[in-house]
Amino acid sequence: MNTAIPLEERMGQIHRKGSNPIDLDCNKDSMAGAVSQRACVFCGSRVVLYPIADALHLVHGPIGCAVYTWDIRGALSSGPELHRLSFSTDLQEMDVIFGGEKKLEKALLELIERYQPKAAFVYSTCIVGIIGDDIEGVCAKVAKQTNIPVLPVQSEGFKGNKRAGYEAACKAMGRLLGTGDTTGISNYSINILGDFNLAGEIWLIREYFQRIGIEVVANITGDGRVADIQRAHGAALNVVQCSGATMDLATMMNERYGTPVIRVSYFGIEDMAEALYSVARHFGDPQLMTRAQELVRQELEGLLPKLSEYRKVLNGKKAAIYVGGAFKAFSLVKAFRLIGMEVVMVGSQTGTREDYEELEAITDDGTIIVDDSNPLELSSFIKEKEVDLFVGGVKERPIAYKLGVAFCDHNHERQQMLAGFQGMLNFAEEVYSSVMSPVWKFVPRREKGDSHG
Amino acid sequence: MAKMSTYVSTTNACKLCKPLGASIAFKGIEGCVPFLHGSQGCATYMRRYIISHYNEPIDIASSSLGEKHAVYGGGPNLKLGLTNVTAKYCPRLVGLATTCLTETIGDDVKMLLNEYQKELGEEDSPRVVSVSTPSYSGTHMEGFHAAVQAVVEQLTEAVEPNETINLLSGFISTADIRYLKGVCNDFQLSPTILPDYSETLDGPALNDYPLIPEGGTPIESIVKMGGAQATIEFGSTLGEKSAGTFLEKTYSVPLHRCSLPIGISATDQLMDLLQSLNGKAIPEEYRSARGRLIDALVDGHKYVFGKRAVVFGEEDLVVGLAAFLTEIGIKPVLCASGGKSTRFKRAIENALEGSGFELPEVREDVDFYDIEDLAEDLEVDLLIGHSKAYTFSRRKGIPLIRVGFPIHDRVGGQRILHLGYHGAQMMFDTITNTIIERKQNLSEVGYSYM
Repeated sequence: MNTAIPLEERMGQIHRKGSNPIDLDCNKDSMAGAVSQRACVFCGSRVVLYPIADALHLVHGPIGCAVYTWDIRGALSSGPELHRLSFSTDLQEMDVIFGGEKKLEKALLELIERYQPKAAFVYSTCIVGIIGDDIEGVCAKVAKQTNIPVLPVQSEGFKGNKRAGYEAACKAMGRLLGTGDTTGISNYSINILGDFNLAGEIWLIREYFQRIGIEVVANITGDGRVADIQRAHGAALNVVQCSGATMDLATMMNERYGTPVIRVSYFGIEDMAEALYSVARHFGDPQLMTRAQELVRQELEGLLPKLSEYRKVLNGKKAAIYVGGAFKAFSLVKAFRLIGMEVVMVGSQTGTREDYEELEAITDDGTIIVDDSNPLELSSFIKEKEVDLFVGGVKERPIAYKLGVAFCDHNHERQQMLAGFQGMLNFAEEVYSSVMSPVWKFVPRREKGDSHG
Repeated sequence: MAKMSTYVSTTNACKLCKPLGASIAFKGIEGCVPFLHGSQGCATYMRRYIISHYNEPIDIASSSLGEKHAVYGGGPNLKLGLTNVTAKYCPRLVGLATTCLTETIGDDVKMLLNEYQKELGEEDSPRVVSVSTPSYSGTHMEGFHAAVQAVVEQLTEAVEPNETINLLSGFISTADIRYLKGVCNDFQLSPTILPDYSETLDGPALNDYPLIPEGGTPIESIVKMGGAQATIEFGSTLGEKSAGTFLEKTYSVPLHRCSLPIGISATDQLMDLLQSLNGKAIPEEYRSARGRLIDALVDGHKYVFGKRAVVFGEEDLVVGLAAFLTEIGIKPVLCASGGKSTRFKRAIENALEGSGFELPEVREDVDFYDIEDLAEDLEVDLLIGHSKAYTFSRRKGIPLIRVGFPIHDRVGGQRILHLGYHGAQMMFDTITNTIIERKQNLSEVGYSYM
């Protein structure tokens, strides 16, 4: 069985630190036939808007797009759970021939009546872009009739990659902005952008901010509510994580309302602490900073001794990272360092030039940096670098497992809280529980000369 | 029930899209890489969905069409994709399925493939089987059967008669395929099981990532299917056009269509058929397995008698399960599917004929919203089908017996055995123990004997 060699055309998207200056050819369309780990525009929109729990999410298209995104994220809600259902216009051949507008209108009316949502998002899929349904028109008509915002999401799958989908999602949310009442919002107030409340993470982050005296106006979009987004323009600051997904919205708010923006990450203790400090710094009130420092001290007190236990065991183990957005990769590189592990490969589906330059700056010599990779490449990197643990999503898991490599799910399907201080401990625990399992001694790559296999 | 007649939207579908079925079927051919002609998302979403059931690497290539291809045609990217897949995976076959995008923009795939072969020369171009699978017409099951049919139509040749039999086994589990191999072996028959993803979708731990996992129906065997002694084709809701009817019409291979061998009577029929094909007695092992099964049914019959079940999922699977349930005394009260073959109801009627049970409510083209709605007044004790009914099960507190595809919330979904006396035995034990456990849990006494 031969191990794969990357295609010539892909070499521009793979870099080994130390070989030459980084010049990664990223943010381009996936190559045909390369089995990219990326999805499509629709996927980008769907993941961003998905956690808005009191909105109806109707996928206008044939059944596939809706059914593969049914209850797909571990994005929790403290109230309504409309987002966990899958709605589709389920277009059939006749609809494709004669157009799907009537069906869309009827579907919207009946679903809005049935569920009484606070708003409706209508996702356009590939086929709708081709048959030319006037989604905008139908949405306007239904909005008028039902008296709720009905928002088209221009997410035809083929019109770019996942990033284009993020942009389409932000555009749709942009229509909600500025329509709510902002009275009573504190001067020390923020919107949390780019956290999706996987396993309840945003509740933890909100609690941190509340403890230091900062009001959170809108969660965008974890545990999100339509009414909160409608008054998000009343917040004094946008705090953006996962910049790829929601930066467009922050930029839009900056242009429209002058809302300043800072970028943060809640993964790993350094980045989590820095997130709180940078928000406190922004408002310039020394009391906020004192409280932030006190919070960090309290949280770390219990945490550090436990982490050092993990560090003893995990020291020197090698990790590979392949995630959707690059922001998560930055934090993971630091988080692994904290528990003594060495990152030997890091990549993302949708990183930008700047992202990869930053990754190069924070990694060690010899680390492989890769954009828009695929199973054959990833598996060859795992082999080459003798990786002990792979961090990725569902599509990467079987690659690692097949080769007998430990795995940690850091994608949106996970059920484990990995953000915040507690999240760092959970992360270490999860890494530990996979790396230290006795099962690896049986896998072929560790089984030297055993004749049973 | 108002929804049934007037609603047009689908909520929590009980079906998947056509190219997904085709991709799984293509995974069951030796050296084959499934390839979707469409936008990148289709391949990625389906990979993710399939991975979550099989826990195996699932590489599905895509022509990754962008906006300009949608306008000017997907031909160039299709050709580029084929070249790249050939260079990287060295496939013996590319299983090419279309998507709604490429069907709607009107790409003529057959013509494009001809062009490609001319451009590259016959020797350098990969072997390709293509199938049309727009997801706006039919479900993953139509996609699965269409792919199997396309493989047979496009790969078989007129050959001398041989000693093999063709077994077109439908969408069954990897454990089921391995079981059928054993059955054929024990009957001393040489089967060509198509498709055979028993190894490719349930393989061992490896030292190297396989470009293409080992296993699958060998292409040489598929080529010779026209010379087989007979074809056995599973499915009670199949249409007139299928891989089996093609082999019958084109090469005069006698066709035996039968329902999936789920439960005693359907398995008996398969045993009789296999016996008639090899002319020997039913192997002792199956007689004793049948005997043990009946003994087990007797031991457990009281616990399951009169229970009421909703059975849902792919039409053929539901037909098989419904027949089995009536054999053990469980009443199927609702048989539901997202498919709409128009043959579902009739197939259920046939399968339950003579069972003494009144006919259940049979619904095709329904989603989980409908299923829950219909089940509301049926006093249901059990849900039997794939894991997408989990939320329904949780909300209503009705136990779910997980069978079929997908099983996304348990390990080992791909290893569930449904077929034969052995599969019936395992399902009976699972169902009975689920009922006993529920009774135990609800009991104030908590008996420690049955």
